[in-house]
Amino acid sequence: MKYVDEYRDRTLATTIAERIARTMSRPWMIMEVCGGQTHAIVRFGLDALLPSSLTLVHGPGCPVCVTPIGLIDQARHLASLPRVIFCSFGDMLRVPGSRGDLFSVKAAGGDVRIVYSPLDAVALARVNPDREVVCFAVGFETTAPAWAMAVVHAKALKLTNFSLLVAHVLVPPAMEAILSSPQNRVQGFLAAGHVCTVVGYEDYEVLAARYRVPIVVTGFEPLDILEGIGLLVSQLEEGRIEVENQYVRSVRREGNPQAKAVVDEIFEPAPRIWRGIGEIARSGLQLRPTYANWDATVRFQHDLAQVGHKGEEDSECQSGLVLQGLMKPPDCPAFATRCTTENPLGAPMVSSEGACAAYYRYRNHMRREA
Amino acid sequence: MSHNESFEQACPLPALEKQTVQLAHGGGGRLMQELIRDVFLRAFDNPALASLHDGATLPIEKGTLAFTTDSYVVHPLFFPGGDIGSLAVHGTINDLAMCGAKPLSLSAGFILEEGLNMGTLHRVVESMAKAAQAAGVPIVTGDTKVVDRGKGDGIFINTAGVGLVPAGVRVLPELVMPGDAILLSGDLGCHGVAVLSVREGVAFSGNVESDSAPLHRVVADLIDSGVEVHCLRDLTRGGLASALNEIAVAAKCGMVIDESVIPVHETVRGACELLGLDPLYVANEGRFVAMVPESHVETALTVMRRHAEAYQAVRIGAVTMENPPLVVLQTLLGTHRILDLLSGEQLPRIC
Repeated sequence: MKYVDEYRDRTLATTIAERIARTMSRPWMIMEVCGGQTHAIVRFGLDALLPSSLTLVHGPGCPVCVTPIGLIDQARHLASLPRVIFCSFGDMLRVPGSRGDLFSVKAAGGDVRIVYSPLDAVALARVNPDREVVCFAVGFETTAPAWAMAVVHAKALKLTNFSLLVAHVLVPPAMEAILSSPQNRVQGFLAAGHVCTVVGYEDYEVLAARYRVPIVVTGFEPLDILEGIGLLVSQLEEGRIEVENQYVRSVRREGNPQAKAVVDEIFEPAPRIWRGIGEIARSGLQLRPTYANWDATVRFQHDLAQVGHKGEEDSECQSGLVLQGLMKPPDCPAFATRCTTENPLGAPMVSSEGACAAYYRYRNHMRREA
Repeated sequence: MSHNESFEQACPLPALEKQTVQLAHGGGGRLMQELIRDVFLRAFDNPALASLHDGATLPIEKGTLAFTTDSYVVHPLFFPGGDIGSLAVHGTINDLAMCGAKPLSLSAGFILEEGLNMGTLHRVVESMAKAAQAAGVPIVTGDTKVVDRGKGDGIFINTAGVGLVPAGVRVLPELVMPGDAILLSGDLGCHGVAVLSVREGVAFSGNVESDSAPLHRVVADLIDSGVEVHCLRDLTRGGLASALNEIAVAAKCGMVIDESVIPVHETVRGACELLGLDPLYVANEGRFVAMVPESHVETALTVMRRHAEAYQAVRIGAVTMENPPLVVLQTLLGTHRILDLLSGEQLPRIC
């Protein structure tokens, strides 16, 4: 298949991996920020091709994983209201809140629907004028433009029964939180190619300079990731600190100006709690006050007043350490024993971008044999 | 969708008194008699059914009887390459075939929702009749119930089937042993993606049709050709990955398969890439795996490729002694990972 097969070539992969091994003179620890990259690494076994002195740690780039438990509780409450059609991307439905996930609300009679595009949710609102369509707007900078466009459409169509429960998060503040932590061991970053397709990488140049850390904007196919790692290792070995763009077929330095403009029109930065990590200033998005009519937290203020803002997290779950690259999933005492994809203690074991799920799904035999 | 337009009515629509299904159609009275006579008997026409007895009586030779049942609740009822009716016939025939049996006959139980369009019922029943006739497996007994509006999804169908396992033939997962080769009958994921494309209104470039097909002829040919078939499994819900895991557990063996030789249609790959689905877990309705001794691989593949429903047959891996009951996938890059059971359905990802 075009644009896929050429990035999964075995010979090229081996060649790049060998080149990386030859370049390395000492151990390095690098982090891939995005959960999509984590899954590609584990699914294709890329780490097995690389020298063992190169440690890959997995970052917080799983939107499902970092959505705070309090917001999931709010989502569950809204989804259970009889007048509400609750729309979400499929990933989000299995993530546990304080008292179960959105699937259990659906089973109890809530009208919960999986949508593939935010505009599908707008269409639902149009054909159901007597119902309230509420959307769980989850994701990083990648999906923000689509939700922003949904609000633009809803406004143009004068829809008064459409609103967003916004859980959007931003990558650079999270990277900054990791870099400024005294426990940080990460020496270089693979930045998420799709996030940068939207926002570009000027913000990353500021981070690289401030924290003296090399960053390579990287794609998601096996050869993209290997090439990104190669560029990063070269920078580390040569003592260079730059932002390089491996994903040139998709990313420009300035990003996508139209997408950025629509996001800026609809949303503004806000403090956000990251599940397992805590609150990070200006790390989330919320609807601007001029768009409050489409803000579910405003429209359903009274309904949500009875939902607590801070849910109870399982005390055994180490997802905060995993999401900050301080622990590998198999090193968690609960991994594959008390925490499995069937009975997850935390979100990273559920999401298709979660690091724990990646190891459990593709590697759990290693744990069993250990 | 063009598949709807291409439907041809095999016989003219009888002038039924009612244009929608009513509760009385399941009530045992005149309306029910009319439904049975004008819809079911007309389509499934065969002597065993025509006697309208409480059950069918079937003469059988000596041997082992295979018996299976399956219920069909697919939404939407019609999809590219098939519908709930053809699926209900193929699915049960295939379950019998996977036991090594030659299917003899089927039953059909209908649960209809009050208000169902009679034309829709006709289309489904005609499609079942056509599928049963093409497969040479008659529907010999049946039942109809009607439930209140809102308590069904149009049509639910249960089909059960009986078949004869030829003397000396044993096809069981427990017979799978290290050293067996794993053969796959064709490309993966067409059925799942075809249904998804209409259910979710997701359009993909290049049409994908369901692979729904009866597999009993290719299986019979394998057995008749003297291939020592240890196990057969059709790759329905959960796809190839789930089927192999189930067999590995039953056989207490490990398995290694090679991702680079597993055929997946270009459009299916594209759809799966887009939605974040793995084709190895996507449902099929006309694909199966066969475990045979390595020395029988060549004959088996030759036989399978003679049939349209298995012309892409390929050896994808082997049964091993290592790591029972894990299924290990050799990736395109030559690395290895496990192919686990999913905890539930695959869900489309966020980005």
